Amino acid sequence: MKYYRSHVLVGINETSVAAGVQSFVRALRAELSKAGLSEEINLLETGPLGFFGKGICLTVYPENVNYENLKEEHIPELVQEHFLKGRPVASLMLESAGKFSPKLNYSKRIVLRNSGIIDPESIDDYIGTGGYEAWEKALTQMEPKQIIEEVKNSGLRGRGGAGFPAGVKWSFTAPLQAEQKYVVVNADEGEPGTFKDRLIMEGDPHQLLEGIMICARAIGATKSYIYIRGEYKLCIHRLQKAIDDCRNYGIIGTNIFESGFDLDIEIKIGAGAYVCGEETALIESLEGNRGHPRWKPPFPGVKGLWQAPTVVNNVETLANVPFIISKGADEYKKYGTPECTGTKVYTILGDVAYPGLCEVDMGTTLRTIINDYAGGMKKGFKFKAALVGGAAGMILSERLLDVKMDLASLNQYSAVLGSGAILVMNEHQSIVDMLWSILRFFRHESCGKCSPCKTGTQQLYRLITKLKKGDGTMDDVELMLTIADTMQQTSFCALGQSPIMAIRSAIDNFRDEFIAITQK
Amino acid sequence: MYKEICAKYAPTKDNLIYILHEIQDTHPQHYISQEAVTAISEYLKLPENHIYGVLTFYSMYSTTPRGKNIIRLCESPPCYIKGSENILRKLKTILGTGVGETTKDGKFTLELCACLGVCGNAPVMMINDDVYGDLSEEKVEDIIEKLRGRS
Repeated sequence: MKYYRSHVLVGINETSVAAGVQSFVRALRAELSKAGLSEEINLLETGPLGFFGKGICLTVYPENVNYENLKEEHIPELVQEHFLKGRPVASLMLESAGKFSPKLNYSKRIVLRNSGIIDPESIDDYIGTGGYEAWEKALTQMEPKQIIEEVKNSGLRGRGGAGFPAGVKWSFTAPLQAEQKYVVVNADEGEPGTFKDRLIMEGDPHQLLEGIMICARAIGATKSYIYIRGEYKLCIHRLQKAIDDCRNYGIIGTNIFESGFDLDIEIKIGAGAYVCGEETALIESLEGNRGHPRWKPPFPGVKGLWQAPTVVNNVETLANVPFIISKGADEYKKYGTPECTGTKVYTILGDVAYPGLCEVDMGTTLRTIINDYAGGMKKGFKFKAALVGGAAGMILSERLLDVKMDLASLNQYSAVLGSGAILVMNEHQSIVDMLWSILRFFRHESCGKCSPCKTGTQQLYRLITKLKKGDGTMDDVELMLTIADTMQQTSFCALGQSPIMAIRSAIDNFRDEFIAITQK
Repeated sequence: MYKEICAKYAPTKDNLIYILHEIQDTHPQHYISQEAVTAISEYLKLPENHIYGVLTFYSMYSTTPRGKNIIRLCESPPCYIKGSENILRKLKTILGTGVGETTKDGKFTLELCACLGVCGNAPVMMINDDVYGDLSEEKVEDIIEKLRGRS
C-alpha cells in the first residue's frame, strides 16, 4: 500500500457534476503534477461528502478542512498555499462562509459511515472498511432463521415511509416453498424533496448490495432487482460497477463462498411515475405494465413479481442490514429510541443556512436537526413551517419543533416520518401557496386506477386554486377536508390516502392564514 | 431500425420499458412513433393497446416528435418555493414556446417534470442528461444561449 502525506477527497455527485467537477478534477490533477505533488497528495473521487456545500466541494485530510463552491480559477492558489505550503485558504473554506461548522457526526452514522471517505467505485475500499464481512457471516455462519431473528430483534423498520418492521416482512416470505423468490429494491425515489437514497447509492453502493445479499439469503431468494429511476445516472453507473466487481470477486454468482447459495443482482430502470414507489405498482412496472397498484392481499411477500414471493424494501432499510448482522442487534439498538431504533437520513432544504444531509439518531428533534446540522435559518429569515416527509408528509409549525422525530412520537400528533425530507419555509412564504403546489403534484401523479383518487385529486386542485386566487370561502376549506378524508378511507393505495395529511396539518397549524385569504 | 433495436432484447414483456427507452433515445426526434409501436407489438406479441397504455403512462415517454434538446423543469414543491415559476416564465419568453411545445427550429422542447432529486440546488432543470441547478433568470439565458450556439 502506498502512503500519502495528504488525502484530498472530491465529492462527485449529481450536484457537483452539474457544477463541472469533472473538468475541475482534471485541472487539479494537472496542477498537482506541475507542482510535483502527485506522489505526496492523493486525490480521491468519492461520493457526497459529509456536508452539503454549494457546487464543487473538497475535504482535505488529515487536517479536516472543507472547501466549498470551488472554481477552476481557485486551483493555483489552493495548490500553492494549502497543498504546497500547508496553509489552508480561509476565504474558500466552508467554515469561514457563515462561521458554521456542520456536525459531521461520523461516529453516529450507520448508512453513511463510508460516504465521503471511501472511493465508492472501489470494491477494495469497501472491503477495507470491513465490507462484506456481514455477508460472509450471514452465508457461512448463520441460518436464515437466525438472520431474520437478528433483524427482528434490531427493531429495524422500513425507511420508505410506512415504517413496517423489516424482519417481520421477511418472516412472511422465508417459510414459503417456491421455485423462485425475489428481493426487489425500491430505489424509485420520487417524494419531492427527498434524495437520501441517491446519496446512499452514490456514496456507498456496496453497502446496499450487501444488504440485498443478506436479505436474499434470509428469505431464500436467488434473484434481486434494483428498481431505480432513470434520472439517477450516477447511481446507475456506480451500482453497475459495484455489481460487476462483486461478480468478478465471487461475492455474488453461483455457489458463493462454496456455500451452495446462488444470487444474481440486476438493475432495472424506471420511466418516471411517482406511484411506482408503491410496492405493488413497482412490481407491475417491473413486469412491463402500467404502474397501477394491485389489490392487497395477497401481499407481495406471498405473491409478488411474476406471482412469486417477493420482498420489496427501500434502499435505506437494506443499507442498515450489514451493520445489524456484523455488529449485532444489541449494538444497533443503542441508536435511536427504544420504540424506534437506529438512525435516519434526512435531507434538509429550503431557507436554512446550509441545506444538506445528515444521519442522526431516530428521535432527534426537528429543532436540533435544523440548528446543528443545517446551521439554523438563513440569515435574515425566521422559521415559519417545515414540510416534513415530502408531498405525502405534513406541514409542521413552530409548536412541533421539539417533537421527537421517530415513528412512535410523531404518531401522537398524527404525523408521519415519511421519506426523510425536511423543507423549511420562512415567514414570508404562504402556506396556501405551498399546499397548492403539493396538490398540483398529486393531481399530476394520480395513476387514474381508482375513482376516489382520480377525481379527488382534481377536485382538491380546483379548490386550492380557487383559494389561492382569493375567490374561496371557509366552506371550500371544509370541503377540501371532507374530500381528502373520503379519499383516505376509499382510495386504492397510499397515494390517494396521502393528501389528507398535508391538508389537515396545514389547516390545523395555520388556520389564520386560510381565514385571511378567504376574507380578502 | 425498430426491429434491430427490439432484437437486442429477449421478447418478454418486462423488456418493453427498455425497448421503449432505447427507441426513444436513438430517434432524432426523441419520441415513439406509431410505426415503432407496431414493430414492438409484433416483436413482443402484445396488443398495440398495451404498448400504447404503457407508453402514455410514464412521463419520460413521448408520442409526439420533440426537439433536439429536451428541457425538463422541475415544478415540485421544493423548486416551486424557490421560484421555478419565474424560471418557467423566462424559458417561455426566451424560447417562444409553451409547455409541451417545440421551438420552430426544432432545437428545444419545453417540459415540466416532478422532483428530480437534486433539491439541494433548487430550482433545477434537466436538459437531456445534464442537470442544471441554482437557476436564476440570467443563468437560464446563458445556458440556452450556449446550447443554441452548439447545435
